[in-house]
Amino acid sequence: MAIEFKPLPSLPPPVNSVGAVAWIRQNLLSSPLNIFLTLFSFYVLYLLIPPVVEWGILTATFDGASKAACTGGGACWAFIGVYFDQFMYGLYPSEETWRINLALILLVILIGTFAVKTVNKLYLSIGIIVVYPVIAYFLFAGGVFGLEVVETSLWGGLFLTTLLGVVGIVASFPLGVLLALGRRSNMPIAKSVCIVFIETIRAVPLITILFMASVMIPLFLPEGMNFNKLLRVLIGITLFSAAYMAEVIRGGLQAIPKGQYEAADAMGLTYWQSMVLVILPQALKLVIPGIVNTFIGLFKDTTLVYIVGMFDLLGRIQAATHDASWLGTTIEGYAFAGFIYWAACFGMSRYSMRIERKLETGHKRN
Amino acid sequence: MTDKTTSSNKSFLNDAGNRALIFQVVLLALVVFVGYYLFSNLQANLADQGISTGFGFLNQPAGFPVLIHLIEYTEADTYGRAFIVALINTVVISLMGIVLATVIGVVMGLARLSNNWLVARLATVYVETLRNIPLLLQMFFWYFAVLATLPHPKNSIIFADFFLNKRGIYSPNPIFQDGFGIVIAGFILSIIASIALIVWAKKRQTRTGLWFPAYWSSLGVIVVITFLALVVSGFPIEFDLPQKSRFNVTGGMVLPPEFVAVLVALSTYTGAFIAEIVRAGILSVNWGQTEAARSLGLKDSLTQRLIVLPQALRVIIPPLTSQFLNLAKNSSLGAAIAYPELVAVVMGTTLNQTGQAIENIGLCMLVYGTLSLTISMFMNWYNKKMSLMER
Repeated sequence: MAIEFKPLPSLPPPVNSVGAVAWIRQNLLSSPLNIFLTLFSFYVLYLLIPPVVEWGILTATFDGASKAACTGGGACWAFIGVYFDQFMYGLYPSEETWRINLALILLVILIGTFAVKTVNKLYLSIGIIVVYPVIAYFLFAGGVFGLEVVETSLWGGLFLTTLLGVVGIVASFPLGVLLALGRRSNMPIAKSVCIVFIETIRAVPLITILFMASVMIPLFLPEGMNFNKLLRVLIGITLFSAAYMAEVIRGGLQAIPKGQYEAADAMGLTYWQSMVLVILPQALKLVIPGIVNTFIGLFKDTTLVYIVGMFDLLGRIQAATHDASWLGTTIEGYAFAGFIYWAACFGMSRYSMRIERKLETGHKRN
Repeated sequence: MTDKTTSSNKSFLNDAGNRALIFQVVLLALVVFVGYYLFSNLQANLADQGISTGFGFLNQPAGFPVLIHLIEYTEADTYGRAFIVALINTVVISLMGIVLATVIGVVMGLARLSNNWLVARLATVYVETLRNIPLLLQMFFWYFAVLATLPHPKNSIIFADFFLNKRGIYSPNPIFQDGFGIVIAGFILSIIASIALIVWAKKRQTRTGLWFPAYWSSLGVIVVITFLALVVSGFPIEFDLPQKSRFNVTGGMVLPPEFVAVLVALSTYTGAFIAEIVRAGILSVNWGQTEAARSLGLKDSLTQRLIVLPQALRVIIPPLTSQFLNLAKNSSLGAAIAYPELVAVVMGTTLNQTGQAIENIGLCMLVYGTLSLTISMFMNWYNKKMSLMER
């Protein structure tokens, strides 16, 4: 009778090669240097987290109408509550702020309709790019349909920040496309005009452009003609971001294989036809992440308008923290502003990474 | 007859070269016209408002103090000198910022690639936090929330011979006596000697294949020779220590809070961007390169230094250049917290006092343009040097 071969069940793996223990050994304690780094990191965390939690949450005051209410010794978040409207809308009259909210809701609805399959996307785009700004302008500025006029000097807070960022990026886009095409064209004069413009703007800081917009533009205009400061600053921001946008778009144009240009020519398309129908749709798709990054940079840079005397989100916070009845709330103010900027920029950069992955369709040059 | 003219007209316009010519002539005319129009408006406006033109104001006394000046400057000095002072301030903060940001960036970039999970996470948090918050806000934070809340001078935080208070960081100030020239000469000599040593070692290695620890030994040469020079000249250096009087701290070297805030904000902010560049650069080197180096028997440190880093640098340098340029341009934000750099002095005070917007803003743009050009020329040279290793 044959003996059946029965192997013993295999032993479990050693304790320190699987599970949490192994993970800790591999990732935290793999060498003396790593042990030291781990201990050091824990020390850094110990220095940072407990005081921040204690200050920001445990001993913080969340409600109250004045500095006197903040007795906990920690953060005084009541400050943010009291000034919240100013941080959001600047000095916009509080009974009129529904106009800003309405414009925002309208924009969200319009963009949301892109998801609806039956809507004609061309008309919708025209609606957003051409019609919406007009509606929004009259909503913000007033003066029609019995809406009270609100001076642009009262616009401020996050509203102004968003306005500057969005208008800057949208207005600079067509200009950026033209500059990028000009820089790659065969016409020497057009090419050099574009190069000089782009490189000059990129060589100087945004502040100088803003100063130029607020101090120098009035000197260049004929007697009696003047725009308001917001418009001048918007022009400055638009020209500035157009130069950066042009470089981003040029990158996309360069990534399109030469065969596409030649094929468009061989089809007998004119220059503009081949650009609009063949090249740009492919190039712009490639540079969407770059455009988002430009927008993130611009959104952060809008804080500089504070230096030329406009009160965006940071400006309003700066003004509020210098309010004599709320002295000592500087860190709370900056933490709030920092959180808003961080959330917006981080969100956008994650979004651009997602698009980057989604659009990876083998169009890259290699 | 008429047919002929129309057809010739048509062919003239249909020719791509002719159309390009016409378009460019129109464009040029437009640019010239707009330029002329703006210029004539400008002249009329300047005449109307009685603003003088030209750079004559640079020779007039400025009459305002500049808080931080590395060269002699008093209120009686000219606008021109104030401009030089501001220029030096801008250049100094840019260069120091570039060095510090590079160090922070390299450390953080390597930390993000660390196989220590905790270190990599902490570095990620650092990068993602600082990158996504506006620089101006960070500058305000350092200046108004951190440095302004330090104690008054009479309650200074004391750390050895360093004093920390609202007015800045006080540190011992080295005062060089006669004979320090010998030390400097010794230092320069040792640097020349170590460069010669490195060149010789490289040549010998290509000739014979023998390796010589050139970098360590040149470090030794520099330390030894400089120390010898110090001994020979009898330590010609004294320290002016900061002294605490009743209400103030006197003596020593002071780093004003404006300077510290701008430097810290600039270097930590740009450091976060550089960290990402360094990380991407190192990741871009094919893993096969590391495996190949190991199979050749190179140590880990040599693998990094001879195989990975030279290849990573090629990817790193171009975006690094643009970060350096950004840092130099961003130093202009110091104006917002009263660090007396170019924008604050020239486009702020000088412009307000003289009213000459065109000259002052033009001057600033010119300086930033030159600064940008210099940095990018240097980095292009370095880039070319590094990419010579390509086949």
